[in-house]
Amino acid sequence: MLDAIGVGSVDDLFNDVPDGVRLQGPLKLPAGKTEDEVYTHLAELAGKNVHADSEISFLGAGMYDHYQPAIVDSILSRSEFLTPYTPYQPEVSQGGLQVMFEYQTAIAELTGMDVSNASVYEGPSAMAAAAYLAKLETGRSRFVVSAAVNPQYRATLKTNAYGYGSSVIEVPAAEGLTDPATLAAAIDDDTAAVFLQNPNFFGAVEDLAALVEAAHAKGALVVCVADPLTLGILAPPGDFGVDICVGEGQTLGNRLDFGGPSFGFFAATQKLIRRMPGRIAGETTDADGRRGWVLTLQTREQHIRREKATSNICTSQALNALAGMIYLSWLGRAGIVEIGELMIKRTAYARETLAAVEGVELLFDAPVVREFAIKLDAPVQTVLDQLALDGINGGYPLGTDYPEHEHGLLVAITERRSRAQIDLLAERLGAAVAAARETVGAEA
Amino acid sequence: MNPDAQKVTGAHVTETPMQAERATTIFEKSHPGRRAAALPALDVPDRDVSELLPAGAARARGPRMPEIAEPEIVRHYNRLSRRNFDLDSGFYPLGSCTMKHNPKLHERAAALPGFSRLHPLQPAERAQGALELMWNLERSLSEICGLPHVCLQPSAGSHGELSGLLLTKAYHEDRGEHRTKVLAPDTSHGTNPASVTMAGYETVKVATNERGGVDIDDLRAKADDSVACLMLTNPNTLGLFDENIEEIASIMHGVGATLYYDGANLNAVMGVSRPGDMGFDIVHVNLHKSFTQPHGGGGPGSGPIAVSDRIAPYLPVPRIAQKDGRFELNTDEPKSIGRMRGFQGNFGVFVRSYAYICSLGAEGLKAASETAVLNANYMLAKGREGRVGKYLPVEFDRTCKHEYVLSAAPAKKELNVKALDIAKRLLDFGYHPPTIYFPLLVDEAMMIEPTETETVETLDGFIEALDKILEEAERDPEFVQNAPYTTPVRRLDEAAAARNPVVTQDLDALA
Repeated sequence: MLDAIGVGSVDDLFNDVPDGVRLQGPLKLPAGKTEDEVYTHLAELAGKNVHADSEISFLGAGMYDHYQPAIVDSILSRSEFLTPYTPYQPEVSQGGLQVMFEYQTAIAELTGMDVSNASVYEGPSAMAAAAYLAKLETGRSRFVVSAAVNPQYRATLKTNAYGYGSSVIEVPAAEGLTDPATLAAAIDDDTAAVFLQNPNFFGAVEDLAALVEAAHAKGALVVCVADPLTLGILAPPGDFGVDICVGEGQTLGNRLDFGGPSFGFFAATQKLIRRMPGRIAGETTDADGRRGWVLTLQTREQHIRREKATSNICTSQALNALAGMIYLSWLGRAGIVEIGELMIKRTAYARETLAAVEGVELLFDAPVVREFAIKLDAPVQTVLDQLALDGINGGYPLGTDYPEHEHGLLVAITERRSRAQIDLLAERLGAAVAAARETVGAEA
Repeated sequence: MNPDAQKVTGAHVTETPMQAERATTIFEKSHPGRRAAALPALDVPDRDVSELLPAGAARARGPRMPEIAEPEIVRHYNRLSRRNFDLDSGFYPLGSCTMKHNPKLHERAAALPGFSRLHPLQPAERAQGALELMWNLERSLSEICGLPHVCLQPSAGSHGELSGLLLTKAYHEDRGEHRTKVLAPDTSHGTNPASVTMAGYETVKVATNERGGVDIDDLRAKADDSVACLMLTNPNTLGLFDENIEEIASIMHGVGATLYYDGANLNAVMGVSRPGDMGFDIVHVNLHKSFTQPHGGGGPGSGPIAVSDRIAPYLPVPRIAQKDGRFELNTDEPKSIGRMRGFQGNFGVFVRSYAYICSLGAEGLKAASETAVLNANYMLAKGREGRVGKYLPVEFDRTCKHEYVLSAAPAKKELNVKALDIAKRLLDFGYHPPTIYFPLLVDEAMMIEPTETETVETLDGFIEALDKILEEAERDPEFVQNAPYTTPVRRLDEAAAARNPVVTQDLDALA
């Protein structure tokens, strides 16, 4: 090969790299390892983590312990889905493109929106992408966000808004819900969009109709974060006139994976389609009239429009969106309703059962679907540490993000949490709170 | 070579069996009452759902998801999979995308329950293995990039770019400076200027010189204290290493700007030259390129950033810290730009890339880059001869790095076949075509990146296929213009798709 090139050594191919920027000596990294050695090392690292199969987990707050059917991994492991690039050559990418079209259809139907793109990175950055669309669409610069929106979504929005100089105003959610009058008061003529979550971070179902009306009255777009697995029983955001619906797709057949990769979904009204971020598959025909799909409306995108693009996104989460589509097919029309019903009924049971425990009360009264907040009459971390010793992950401490709810704990229920497990949580929670109160009392 | 490609002769084209299958969506296969999932039985007191929800909050009609049994789901998606070309099936020399082999070990490792079933909010003391892996990956990328600090959070390359520009903004603002422009060469990836706009800056293009590098005079003329940053890929999108990189860095640092390294082309220089040593302040690394995360038909990826000391205080949170042999996640960084996304980043991608770095080690990573560069130069040399050299000349003819760019302008002029036509005909030969029409600087560009994965036989086969296609074009240009013939569908009407977008299925029409 060197002869064909006409050089004496591989080193000669790097003669254009100036000496001043050449690495002298090898990288300071360990020597290579065999496949067996690497696997053993990684298995050791994996073994140091307490995962959702090694405890009874009531931890949610953005990602949830749902069952991932075997069919998902089986299909995703096919090289034909796993190893191609973005479908730039549609004639040899019909599989992936058709998946995108089916996925877009499913997300639009689930959210009650007109159109969906083929996925964005994940939930919080999906909401930030919606903000950028709202800024482009309205020419306005302020964002108003409910404090009942997941704190990580709000933080991501702020980081992105900082770049293009938009301000983010937070509206408090005193009773665990966004108050329409308070929201309306925060919206002005320069407000591009209002950001809501339903069910919100505390698990509560918002009064979307009133909130959307308040926002639209001032000409602001409404961006709603939704939990797709609640949409079998909850009226979809589209029914309330929401302009953009985004969210986290992990619950649709994706792994927990310590936070990613999953996918973000991004759905909108037809009016906004030419400002959407990301890939969109569209139906067309080939030279012989056969049905087929292509990446469409690419003049929105960075590789065509460069600095005038509606987003910078290139690689998104196609494989994870495929997992979502397989999961939704597996769940099916009946299953998506059944899982919602199972969650809301078990959550109602869990809420009543935990509220009856001594030293435990509900933080808020509003109706919930799959997650709810309680208040402990004891230091939350002490209680969680005790529960962990019992093999139970009690949930997410609200004080991390809401100092005013220092004693708050967010408890998540999925179809994997049985009545027996909920009863066990109630029993051990009672014991842990009592023990923690005794310790606090002794210290005082 | 695809045997079907040989059968195609002249105007008579017979429909292949796969073409004869009509595409049917999973919604069209839906049949009332069919299902796959069985859910747990209700084990708590039954309640009326509408009583548990506020008035008006319940869904009137359930969403119309497909009604289909598991065997039919499997067949449907297996059938769709056969309508994809993929890296495990053949050569994929897509320039700028680094389509290197995805070792199968990585999938097994990423599936370990300790990783795949780990909740992202699990407290640090019970996620020590995951944090240790992230710490080790951060340290490895730091060494490879030659910069002391790494944040793994960004989800992809363009997300890393946006992060890096926000870091630049925070850095300058902290010094009381308000800068408005970002320089980028006219050869840059489209994500660069798109990220610049999203970060609230204006893009200013820098010209390319006759050697394919940055035009130093143009750079000097545009570099002043209104410039926040220069975004550069080195080697650049022409596959050429910029020999003036030290001078470029000195010009930018002289006006107080930061230097940003788009790591899309890092696969050319691992263990050979480090962006930090070239003078870059901020680097993003595409783990889905150089560090072999399978591309998944368009993601997931991951775009960690490595930065110098002066940029470190502004990095996104949470940051991993090591204290007394234990790992923790810190959010208390007062100067941080905040979060770019939820949780800690695409951890599953980290597992695969870390496995790759462990497998190859220091010497292996360098050998990978050397082989990638050897393969590209070999193809470049082989293509200088014959029809390929005549109709597809290389635009900047010097030693390339991991990729190179041909121009099909002579083919278009003399044979009346465009880069697009050649690309489509390559599909009939069983190859994925190169990246075409990028970089914009080159007329009828074809950007070829073979990676270190490929054998010399594969590289020879591809050059032979190009030669054969050009021979066909000499005889019958129309034949090449109408390619492909053997793919699951033939050339698709993209204009019609954009004019009247059908992006979801009309479920009412199916009912």
